[in-house]
Amino acid sequence: MDPVFLARLQFAITVGFHFFFPPITIGLSWLLVIAETLGWRRNDGTYVRIGKFFGKILGLTFAVGVASGIVMEFQFGTNWAEYSKFVGDVFGPPLAAEGVFAFFLESGFLGLYLFGRNRVSKSVHWFSAVMVAVGATLSAFWIIAANSWQQTPAGYVLRNGRAELTSFYDAVFNPSTVIRYLHTVDAALIAGAFLMTGIAAYYLLRGRETEFARKSMRMALVFGLVVSVLEVMPFGHEHARQVARTQPEKFAAIEGLYSTQTGAPLVVFAYPTDKPPALKAPIEFPGLLSWMAFGDVHAPVRGLNEFPYDEVPPLWLTFVSFHNMVLLGVYFILVTGLGTMMLTRGTLWQSRKFLKLLLWSIPLPLIACQLGWIAAEVGRQPWVVYHLLKTTDAVSFTVTPGEILFSLILFTGIYLCLGSLYVYLLVRKVQHGPDPAAESEATVSWT
Amino acid sequence: MDLNLVWFLLITILLIGYAILDGFDLGVGILSLFARDNQQKRIYMNAIGPVWDGNEVWLLTGGGALFAAFPAVYATVFSGFYLALMLLLFALIVRAVAMEFRGKVNAEGWRTVWDWGFGLGSLLPALLLGVAYGNILHGVPLERGGIYAGTFLGLLNPYAFLLGILTVSLFTMHGAIYLTLKTEGSLRHKLGRWASRLWIAVVTLYALATVGTIFAAPFLFVGMLRNPLTWLFALLLLGSAMTTPVFLKSLRYFRAFLASSGLIAAMIGLSALSLFPRLVPSSIDLQYSLTVYNASSSPATLTAMLIIALLGMPLVIGYTVFIYRVFKGKVEITPDSY
Repeated sequence: MDPVFLARLQFAITVGFHFFFPPITIGLSWLLVIAETLGWRRNDGTYVRIGKFFGKILGLTFAVGVASGIVMEFQFGTNWAEYSKFVGDVFGPPLAAEGVFAFFLESGFLGLYLFGRNRVSKSVHWFSAVMVAVGATLSAFWIIAANSWQQTPAGYVLRNGRAELTSFYDAVFNPSTVIRYLHTVDAALIAGAFLMTGIAAYYLLRGRETEFARKSMRMALVFGLVVSVLEVMPFGHEHARQVARTQPEKFAAIEGLYSTQTGAPLVVFAYPTDKPPALKAPIEFPGLLSWMAFGDVHAPVRGLNEFPYDEVPPLWLTFVSFHNMVLLGVYFILVTGLGTMMLTRGTLWQSRKFLKLLLWSIPLPLIACQLGWIAAEVGRQPWVVYHLLKTTDAVSFTVTPGEILFSLILFTGIYLCLGSLYVYLLVRKVQHGPDPAAESEATVSWT
Repeated sequence: MDLNLVWFLLITILLIGYAILDGFDLGVGILSLFARDNQQKRIYMNAIGPVWDGNEVWLLTGGGALFAAFPAVYATVFSGFYLALMLLLFALIVRAVAMEFRGKVNAEGWRTVWDWGFGLGSLLPALLLGVAYGNILHGVPLERGGIYAGTFLGLLNPYAFLLGILTVSLFTMHGAIYLTLKTEGSLRHKLGRWASRLWIAVVTLYALATVGTIFAAPFLFVGMLRNPLTWLFALLLLGSAMTTPVFLKSLRYFRAFLASSGLIAAMIGLSALSLFPRLVPSSIDLQYSLTVYNASSSPATLTAMLIIALLGMPLVIGYTVFIYRVFKGKVEITPDSY
């Protein structure tokens, strides 16, 4: 079997699985900061219970995230040795910085936040919640910075057969880092908001824990609306403009533009095929793509046909994942907008249909994250570092296909187990409900 | 002092930090295999509950730092030790979730599964890390240009295996001593006695490993006796090895913990000293070894990384100490416990 294909499949599965958890951690940790702040400032016990309950979910999510994240730190060396040798000089520092500046912070203070409520003062405990959120968010920065360097490399020179660092600042703040970071972290905040509104909706549907659920719902729904709007406008839009400027092949693939044209249309729906790359049954708005990308309806946009045949990304996967992500992005705005409107009119608590919708929407932001990631990574193909190193030249030549197959089966098996156990435990925890208020502290809920 | 040397030092310090910190919690995991009942297992797990995450970050950061400072070593060793590393990752994954999952369902069978996951998920990494370290000291088949030419079975040689067992005993002793700080009454003193017995194993195995090194990797001793640092580490080694059982006997457990930490630092320090300037010796021809000079990143990267380390590590050490102080004292089982 083709070792490059196996290595790519393994990387896709391990990073894809891992990427379910950090968005929840980041999103939930900021919502917990809000809850802890309200609980402390207003001296409101319900917010303390929200903090404790979602804190346990955060702990569970974090554990699976760490477990699957360890693999990522080593996998570049095990499966992508040629890549590691070629880019280590530039790509290694952000990974190390993530450990030093972010991950120590997050994991250290998470222990304090989860286990130290009765051991430290209220202010220190609140501070630990903030540090968990800051650590998780910083962690994302360094990872996105490293990945963005693969998309739009900068601050390096080719020397001694590898990319060598010339400016740490330019490499970290390469042309795509900032906008991709904002877009990704905001997506994580949406994921956290939908988890909280969904769980609150569950309790409201059951008529349990009404006060707990209403306060969680109010907080997360309004938060969710703000971040959902920001995600599309300005972050999503600006990110697409950046791709149009810096990675025209990827832009052509995500937008489904086969031939270079002025007044390029925005395709909102189509069925794409790869061989030959084409769109079937497109619904499009003429000139809109040119206007959105370059601010001029007549601006030329480069199509796939302008690039060498073997240097464009696969059209189908890139186009489909990107368009479904956008679709979900619009859905998040509509749902949170409608919800907030019902909240102000006081009709939300009675609307069972809408509450059910919120409950079943919990996984959607995570799916949107995966789709966005696929569009970003598949859209960069066939390059592992854009215009510098091809994916086929990046694998470990000393590792045999049999060995990769073994680890692939190992990881797929254990991730299927972990994923199902995570969902099972999450559902159990939600069904069990938050612990009773502080008076009956002695009850042990999880033996 | 050049940057390459500085980075060799920093990686050594990260390795020592990792071995001291995750060493005790891997040791606690190994000891949990011998815990009597559910209550005892919970005490063991909660003794490391708030801190093990942070300890494991030392490994992650070490991986990242190796990638950044010596990418050729990162790429060669990790792809060369492929299957061993996959097993290590597998064990660490199981271990991490075992602690989190174990207490979430109140059923005997469920707990038993995760108890084994936690215990074996701690034993296997200790063994594999020791075996990997043994292989590095012994040298691995590197051809010209640092191309790895070994096999998985080649990693399972007696010398490496000896180091694996040494690491397991060392971490278990270290973990037992850590637990004496976290437990009370008869359990505490039983753990103290276990630590004393494990100390005998550690000292014996270390002596055997030293003799083994004379045969397996004689080049490691070249120039060692003339280096004053050797004597410094040897002194630390002797001092901590001799005082550990004394402190255990006189029930001064915190000092015993410091002594066993010193022992770990001295062992790694001495081996790092003997490797320098090599990072991965070649068993085919020492000329082909990966060294701090031929495997390193550019000076610009090493400088940027040094700034990151100098800014970040004091902070990390500061709040790590703070968090350990918060959780000082005996384990209490509360509703928030594992």
